[in-house]
Amino acid sequence: MKPVVTASSPAVDARNVTKSFDGRVVVNRVSIQVRRGEIFGFLGPNGSGKTTFIRILCGLLRPDHAEGTCLGFDLLHRRDEIKRRIGYMTQKYSLYEDLTVEENLQLMARLYRLDRRRERVDAMIERMNFGDRRRQLSGAMSGGWKQRLALASCLLHDPELLLLDEPTAGVDPAARRDFWDELHNLTASGITALVSTHYMDEAERCHRLAYLAYGNLLTQGTLHEVVAASGLSTWTVQGGNLSAFAVELRGLPGIEQVVPFGESVHVTGSDRAALTAAVQPFFSRPGLEWRETAANLEDVFIYLSQQRARDNFQ
Amino acid sequence: MRLQLFSPARFVAVVIKEFIQVRRDRVTLGMMIGIPLVQLVIFGFAINTNPKYLPTAVVDGDMSTFTRSIVSAMNNSEYFRIDKDLVSEKEATALLRRGEVQFIVTFPENFTRELLRGRHPQLLLQADASDPGTVGYAVSSFQTLAPEVLRRDYRPVLPGVAVASLPLDIRVQRCFNPEIETPINVVPGLLGVILTMTMAFITALSMTREKERGTMETLLSTPVRPLEVMLGKIVPYLLVGYVQIGLILVIAWAVFDIRVVGSLPLLLLLSLFFIAANLAVGVTISTIARNQVQAVQMSIFFFLPSILLSGFMFPRRGMPEWAQWIGTALPLTHYLQIVRGIILRGTLLNDLWTPIMAMIVFFLIVVMIGLARYRQTLD
Repeated sequence: MKPVVTASSPAVDARNVTKSFDGRVVVNRVSIQVRRGEIFGFLGPNGSGKTTFIRILCGLLRPDHAEGTCLGFDLLHRRDEIKRRIGYMTQKYSLYEDLTVEENLQLMARLYRLDRRRERVDAMIERMNFGDRRRQLSGAMSGGWKQRLALASCLLHDPELLLLDEPTAGVDPAARRDFWDELHNLTASGITALVSTHYMDEAERCHRLAYLAYGNLLTQGTLHEVVAASGLSTWTVQGGNLSAFAVELRGLPGIEQVVPFGESVHVTGSDRAALTAAVQPFFSRPGLEWRETAANLEDVFIYLSQQRARDNFQ
Repeated sequence: MRLQLFSPARFVAVVIKEFIQVRRDRVTLGMMIGIPLVQLVIFGFAINTNPKYLPTAVVDGDMSTFTRSIVSAMNNSEYFRIDKDLVSEKEATALLRRGEVQFIVTFPENFTRELLRGRHPQLLLQADASDPGTVGYAVSSFQTLAPEVLRRDYRPVLPGVAVASLPLDIRVQRCFNPEIETPINVVPGLLGVILTMTMAFITALSMTREKERGTMETLLSTPVRPLEVMLGKIVPYLLVGYVQIGLILVIAWAVFDIRVVGSLPLLLLLSLFFIAANLAVGVTISTIARNQVQAVQMSIFFFLPSILLSGFMFPRRGMPEWAQWIGTALPLTHYLQIVRGIILRGTLLNDLWTPIMAMIVFFLIVVMIGLARYRQTLD
């Protein structure tokens, strides 16, 4: 029953995953393919089912229905084999706060029955630059260091797949950037990572993306594929009193979405001709500078979730 | 790759982790040492004290030199304080009932005359025995005190009545609580009560704490198996249990002068079954409880019947049958038999098989419930 694993076979090939709590569907027939060695971004608003889906992948929740494989093993029936090959980083810090950095890593090393335990733990402490912090209680460290420890403890057993549930929530920008650099290094060495996040800049650092809302998979693919698939056109306008102007634009035929971004406003619609017709009358208005741009990821995601909310409402 | 159902390495991993956590948790550790100390001192002293100068009423129908010298001898002893001398029988009974006196001494009419004639007059000591611990010492002192006083002054008028065998009939009547439990029962019993309390509570909290803090999610995502976690959590507290036993036995010896009559190694060995049974209860509770508050409530739910129905506080013979059945299902009931047997009467292993088997059966059932309830998922 040795699974056939080739470099080209997907790390995750989950199909029609469904899970409900008390009759409420939280994940609705979601299918996702993650290729080996890529960083797969998992996006979506709070409560969209990201955490539930990740927990199903690592065997922490029993799905109502699921087909497919994780690392070549059947998702439903080979959970023990899957467990030992994945590293799961929970959304909330969940290592032992009353153990030191070193003790936490030792515990994980023992639970995975690793050989050369001392050596591996020392190497990990070195690699993650814990230095003197190795004897510090993990609960006494800052958010950034806790997150490093969490990453370290799920890397210790050389997993093939990392499942990272909002790993950078509540972490400062510098630590976030370090974390993503580290993640890219890891995938360069062959590890696959599935990362859920709220941050758009992080989404743009993923090789491929999936967007989940209300338990439904709305889109999946590379950044460009996702934007292209949305079929959205966007005009960006700068200058003038944009807040008041944004209100003026909203609701005009052909304009489906007006999103202020500090110094600019993105005006988006799914029908390029209708959109252009709608904004054209304002080109002559003094002080405004118009540019036709590609929709960015945030435009697409906001558009998708609002469209979904309208569908749900009807 | 083979998958093991039980891996010693992972089990050891959990044990080590628990040990470190126990060591760092100063409050819990303090509680585990503090509870035995406080309970022993409170229970032990409150029940086992040797109270002195207890209020006493005297009903003297005779008023002779003999009766007077007995009364003054009582007053001179440390145990009695003659509060109400020369009251009527009716008054005295009322005083006892109201709790104003602890004892009534009654000399019948013609006490002296009967005594001198060798006719065994009755000397009655009535005691308020609602708290048996209070009166025990005074009663026994009275039984030696009265004859001693009389022997000094006693000269029989009729020939043939031996001085040595005093023709006196001392009657002790325990009112309000005729079935007394010897106070010495309390301290050995406390051994079981304290272990029940601390062991079940602390383990019940330990796993629910993992759920609340989210560390359970980390544990569940590793290959660790239910039995490894359960046993791993039980072992470190076994050791704590033995520290408690040692502490209690030392205090029992140093403060209450209670020594283990029987075999100490046997006592320690059999305690293992009892501690394990209670730890299993704690772990099982924690697989059911959703948070630490619920875990505490469930522990109390287990602790109360243990204390009330095991025979620690009230004799089981006096209980209705259903209460006795519940008591039979509790490990403390059986452990009390073992503890009191070995410590007080020197009971041997051969007479203890029934309680041992009962505790083992209890342990196995509880562990099975716990394993069945342990969720390998977060559902």
